[in-house]
Amino acid sequence: MLLAAAAAGLMTAMALGLVRALIGPTSYDRILSANSFGTKTVMFIALIGFVFGRPDFLDIAIAYALINFVATIALMKFFRYRSLQASLSRLAPAKDTGADAGGAP
Amino acid sequence: MSEVVTWIGSSLAVAGALAAIIGSLGVIRFPDFYTRTHAASITDTGAATLMILGLILISGWSVLALKLAIIWAFIMLTSPTAAHALTNAAYGAGERPQLGPWRLFDRDRKEAER
Amino acid sequence: MPSFATPLDANTIVDIALLAMLAVIVVAVARTRSLLTAIILTSVYSFISAVWLVVMDAADVSFTEAVVGAGVSTIIALGAILLTRSECSRIPWRETLLPLLLVTVTGGLLVYAALDLPSLGDPSAPANIYVGRLYLQHAEHDIGTPNIVTAVLSSYRGFDTLGETTVIFAAGLGVALLLGFGERALQDTPRPSMAKMAESGQHVVLRVSAKMLIPMISIYAFYVQFHGDLGPGGGFQAGVIMAVAIILHALVFGLQETMESIPPQLARGLSAFGVLLYAGVGVVNLTNGGNFLDYDHLFPRIFEEGLPDSHLVGGHHIWGQHFGILAIELGVFLTVASTMVTIFYAFAGRAPDLSPHGEG
Repeated sequence: MLLAAAAAGLMTAMALGLVRALIGPTSYDRILSANSFGTKTVMFIALIGFVFGRPDFLDIAIAYALINFVATIALMKFFRYRSLQASLSRLAPAKDTGADAGGAP
Repeated sequence: MSEVVTWIGSSLAVAGALAAIIGSLGVIRFPDFYTRTHAASITDTGAATLMILGLILISGWSVLALKLAIIWAFIMLTSPTAAHALTNAAYGAGERPQLGPWRLFDRDRKEAER
Repeated sequence: MPSFATPLDANTIVDIALLAMLAVIVVAVARTRSLLTAIILTSVYSFISAVWLVVMDAADVSFTEAVVGAGVSTIIALGAILLTRSECSRIPWRETLLPLLLVTVTGGLLVYAALDLPSLGDPSAPANIYVGRLYLQHAEHDIGTPNIVTAVLSSYRGFDTLGETTVIFAAGLGVALLLGFGERALQDTPRPSMAKMAESGQHVVLRVSAKMLIPMISIYAFYVQFHGDLGPGGGFQAGVIMAVAIILHALVFGLQETMESIPPQLARGLSAFGVLLYAGVGVVNLTNGGNFLDYDHLFPRIFEEGLPDSHLVGGHHIWGQHFGILAIELGVFLTVASTMVTIFYAFAGRAPDLSPHGEG
């Protein structure tokens, strides 16, 4: 019963997290919200397996935990370099002007 | 005995869910992108730790506990990295934190004076 | 372990909550004009639909949605908007009236038809009484894999899966015909020396955690591949996960580095080889006197009788089924992984390699 309450709470958190993805003024807010939505999804899938007594759903949660991060890296490269093919070490700007590189999307 | 352990585990899971709700509220309420990142990333790892610890207690010594521990390790590795990458990209692309009257870095002060 | 069964009501509430979130996201995607926002919201959509499929107990479908939606589709869509604009143009409202009418009528018809559908889990539904029940009753004896989804997909309906694998191959081929293979990225600029890489301190966090994650993602892909007949997963999911590992390498260490270790020629070759392997297994069955993709005849009868634990007496070809499923899953894995990599190469290799200063 407590576990069902935890699942309900987690779903509330997902719904609240969705708000920032919908209204977020900048794209970064949306990505942040989507990324944290992914982490909550991992937790929810792990939890729902226990709630329904089918813990073999954990494999899906592992896949999410591993893969969720790759899309965020791709978005980060999209913002900073406007290219998916660049090597992160080659294009790195010099240290003194580092943070000022890149135009606003 | 196992009843008590299950109860503790379920309570930890509920605590994790509460942490996730608090994080989501922070993401909605905080004023700028960097504070929102702070709210989201800290509560994500914290909620995941609480919840997975609870589920490990429920499942006991089994392959499930191992899988849960693996999930925990991956979340601990990927979630902070993703938050770092995102803030790095945002700062690099010109998104500035709201700092009020203070300026943390010389660079920011020069920029503000311009 | 104690059971935590909940009444059906809880299930319904979860369904309604998830579907409401899906509806909100769909409306937001339709209303936004920024394509980037649409991509981000679509990735959230796939998260929710994966959760929903888990709640519906469709573990294998959910797995596919998880790996495709979270990993590959977002990245490929990003590659696509790099080649076009990231805003869509405004459409005058008059031009939206006819599509709106069409969509409303079609949706209304679908809802009207859905009223006649049997409810979820109805034992007398057509899907559950004819061939579905036969599969459930005989899969254990005929094929011997605990996961009946894998049994149906790769053995009973192996011909359908061959068609799907060919479709994936054809999709990769279509993208390559439109965009090329991305090999231009290899010729553009000289490869940076390793010393220069070590010297630059930027993105240390990303490079280190990518170095830790790429091997683990690859190992997990093989786990999913070989665990597919026991739990959720199989060749398709494993192929996508493997492709994600390769794409992560390309994202962090540069496309040129990846293309040197996995050349585009190898990727497209393996993509064709996977389909060939799948169909070849069927041809082997034909030559041994069976039907196409009937793994009971994978091994010649004389050879199979010599194998340990052969259950030929009861008509159960355990070795033929196991090796047949293993071989065709390998074919699916190769085709899916290398097609995804080929598509990624095509998109990422085409975008111009700009300087870090914005639009360059």
